Amino acid sequence: MHLPLGSEGGTSLMTENAKPVIEIEKLNLIFETPDAPVHALSDVDLTINAGDFVSFIGPSGCGKTTLMRTIADLETPTSGHISVNGMSPAEAREKRAYGYVFQAPALYPWRTVEKNVVLPLEIMKLPKAEQKARVKKNLALVNLEGFEKKFPWQLSGGMQQRVSIARALSVEPDLLLMDEPFGALDEITRDHLNEQLLRLWDQTKKTVVFVTHSIPESVFLSSKIVVMSPRPGKIIDIIDCNLPRDRTLDIRESPEFLAIAHRVREGLRAGHSYDD
Amino acid sequence: MMTDTVMMSKPGLIYRLYHGKTIPILTVLLSLLVIWYGGAIYLNYDILTSNYERNDVSWDAEKLVADAWSMKRPILPAPHQIATEINKTVFQKKITSKRSLVYHAWITTSATLVGFGFGSLLGILLAVGIVHVQTLDRSLMPWVIASQTIPILAIAPMIIVVLGNVGLTGLIPKSIISMYLCFFPITIGMVKGLRSPDVLQMDLMQTYSATKSQIFWKLRVPASVPFLFTSLKVAVAISLVGAIVGELPTGAVAGIGARLLSGSYYGQTIQIWSALIVASILGMVLVYLVTMTEKFVMGRMGYRS
Repeated sequence: MHLPLGSEGGTSLMTENAKPVIEIEKLNLIFETPDAPVHALSDVDLTINAGDFVSFIGPSGCGKTTLMRTIADLETPTSGHISVNGMSPAEAREKRAYGYVFQAPALYPWRTVEKNVVLPLEIMKLPKAEQKARVKKNLALVNLEGFEKKFPWQLSGGMQQRVSIARALSVEPDLLLMDEPFGALDEITRDHLNEQLLRLWDQTKKTVVFVTHSIPESVFLSSKIVVMSPRPGKIIDIIDCNLPRDRTLDIRESPEFLAIAHRVREGLRAGHSYDD
Repeated sequence: MMTDTVMMSKPGLIYRLYHGKTIPILTVLLSLLVIWYGGAIYLNYDILTSNYERNDVSWDAEKLVADAWSMKRPILPAPHQIATEINKTVFQKKITSKRSLVYHAWITTSATLVGFGFGSLLGILLAVGIVHVQTLDRSLMPWVIASQTIPILAIAPMIIVVLGNVGLTGLIPKSIISMYLCFFPITIGMVKGLRSPDVLQMDLMQTYSATKSQIFWKLRVPASVPFLFTSLKVAVAISLVGAIVGELPTGAVAGIGARLLSGSYYGQTIQIWSALIVASILGMVLVYLVTMTEKFVMGRMGYRS
């Protein structure tokens, strides 16, 4: 199957001056395990442009997290080419080109909220005043003012995840990698954080790569949906999703939304068919 | 009115006694005392009766019990005899006196603290090396474990003799024996503690491209603190054992070990027992101090108790 690369010729508003942030060509990743090698990623081709909100969706084991970890230089590909901001992933990581939000908040329990957010800034050795300003700004961005001195265990799961988002944002990266950040949260919290995230994306014009296995979440958030299937992990469809940037949760009942969700579901079903 | 509010706000004394730890602890203590007093009669019976026969003393049960609990050199002294001895040697003597148990306890404590300090340092350094250098992990760890399989009673005299030959006597050899015993739990605990950060916490540092030393100070060290205190509690107790053992082979003139030794030379069982009791109180105090430090530090670090 041949796939459209990126959104060239798409209807995106940013098509004119969109420049690719992530370029992936013929990417393969094989994990050597004791019994048999696992083909985690097979011939992945993908371009992600500046300002895109791209979701990777697929069943467990389809390699969506692995693909994201490869972009972040947390995994090394077996073959193929990948570039982030025109650099290799390793160089991009060293330049702190991205902020990474994990499945779990991964807060350090011995650090207060503000100390957790300041952690990457300490590592970057920013001046103290700058650190303080960024912590204040980013905690405000995720609506967590007043919780600076709390320890992680004093917060709810949703608040902890918001701290981890503030921590990723405090690096001020143009690229935000989010690995199922709301997977462990209840649906009400999740809806709320989805809206917040969308507004954040709209305000900051960042490029976001987002891993999820929820169809409504991917359609609601994304400007582009990458549908993946397992064994071996590969891309089976890339869907442009150009709902207005200032969408609200109500849009989930609109025909456009349902049409895109339907196409995503079809894609997932096709990817799964040989399984039965 | 006043009493009413007090009664309302605080659970009654009886309630607290019943539900707290006090009653169970007192019950155990009471049964121990009963067994002890009984044991003192039983174990001292033979000596007393043969004494009575030799000296043609007429005796009855009452006299036997009274004598069994007040012998000068009993096989097993009665608890009140030990309490009297401790009172005499702890509170009635000047603490600078050679007969004061406080003086002897201090001698042992100083060796314990020096050994504990250096042992902790050695233990932590070994752990840091083992965690960071793969070769050390493979080459050092077996030796660390092997070091603890040598009976301390066998190696302590050797250490004292060797160090005595190079002119080191007194506090240093005892501290070294104490250190030799106490570094081990700290190394084991700290290796585990420094390796305790999970994959996610490590990946996070990776995404910030943190240096090895930043990962060490900002992640590994704080993550290892709970493990450190657990090992420190074990280590401080065996540091004390090490210091006492270190006092035995030299025939040291001062210290808890010296008291034990001279007590056994002269059959002064009361002296031995009071030294033992003081040593165990000392051990409890040391562990308690570490526990308090732990509570303070962990509280500051935001860990829930």
